[in-house]
Amino acid sequence: MEAAVFAVSAVIVLAGAFGVILSKNPVHSALSLVATLFGIAVLFIAQDAHFLAAVQVIVYAGAIVVLFLFVIMLLGVDRSENLESESLTGQRPAAILAGLVIGGGLVAVLVTSTITGLPSSGAAPDAESQNVADLGRLLFTEHLFAFEVTSVLLVIAVVGAVMLAKGRQGDVVDADEPVTDLSRPVVPGDDPADDETISDEPIGGRP
Amino acid sequence: MIAVASTVSTSWYLGLGAILFTVGAVGLLVRRNPLVMFMCVELMLNAVNLTFVTFAHELDDVGGQVVVFFVLVVAAAEVVVGLGIIVAIFRRRPGATADDLSLMKG
Repeated sequence: MEAAVFAVSAVIVLAGAFGVILSKNPVHSALSLVATLFGIAVLFIAQDAHFLAAVQVIVYAGAIVVLFLFVIMLLGVDRSENLESESLTGQRPAAILAGLVIGGGLVAVLVTSTITGLPSSGAAPDAESQNVADLGRLLFTEHLFAFEVTSVLLVIAVVGAVMLAKGRQGDVVDADEPVTDLSRPVVPGDDPADDETISDEPIGGRP
Repeated sequence: MIAVASTVSTSWYLGLGAILFTVGAVGLLVRRNPLVMFMCVELMLNAVNLTFVTFAHELDDVGGQVVVFFVLVVAAAEVVVGLGIIVAIFRRRPGATADDLSLMKG
């Protein structure tokens, strides 16, 4: 039974992973990512990590992938990408070679080594209690400081996202054009005495 | 690596994690769309999460699952900031790929 669960989940996980990297359309990549995340969640359940499986589905498949799809739709980049074109000569074979080295190294470590380390005595799951209770107890005792730091991290991420999304008014610059004069202020109306010709422009800045 | 067919040994899970990590790494190197590259990072994070949970199960230690919990939180924060940056880039130059972002090249 466990073997069947593992086999089916592994096939879903790998199919989703290859779908992510081989799809031409970013929307298809995001949907393949959902398949991978669900497969991982099933594997979590198979290994008695019930709480993490739920969080995986809610946070990853629910929030993160939706955020991805939202950005794809918002930017309108849901068109196909030409996968055959190679902008950097020799980069793709080098990347695949690097992948083979990484994968070969990981599998070699796996084959040649055995798992040492004693079964835990302190953090062992209680036979009577549930998985969530164990996790919560450990989270609020041993890892309390990391938990609090995590909240600071989330606040920083929220503030950073707001600052990134806000943008600046009248700051449309064509990035393809080389920047000729770095000393020239980008923000309009910074210093009127600096440049007299700018006063000919209508109030409200540049178009 | 070759285990008895009826029972799933720990190394199968670890092998799946290794393959998943490799697929994510290759995708990150090959693809040029920033959004897809970001999804490949998520694949790699999930591979590591699977490995953590496998070891937690093997060694009877819930600590591994706590680490996965933190990885999830960091991944969520990372996605928020990363997608914010991607939106800011795409707003200035639509259709940009990772190759076009060479403004800081020396």
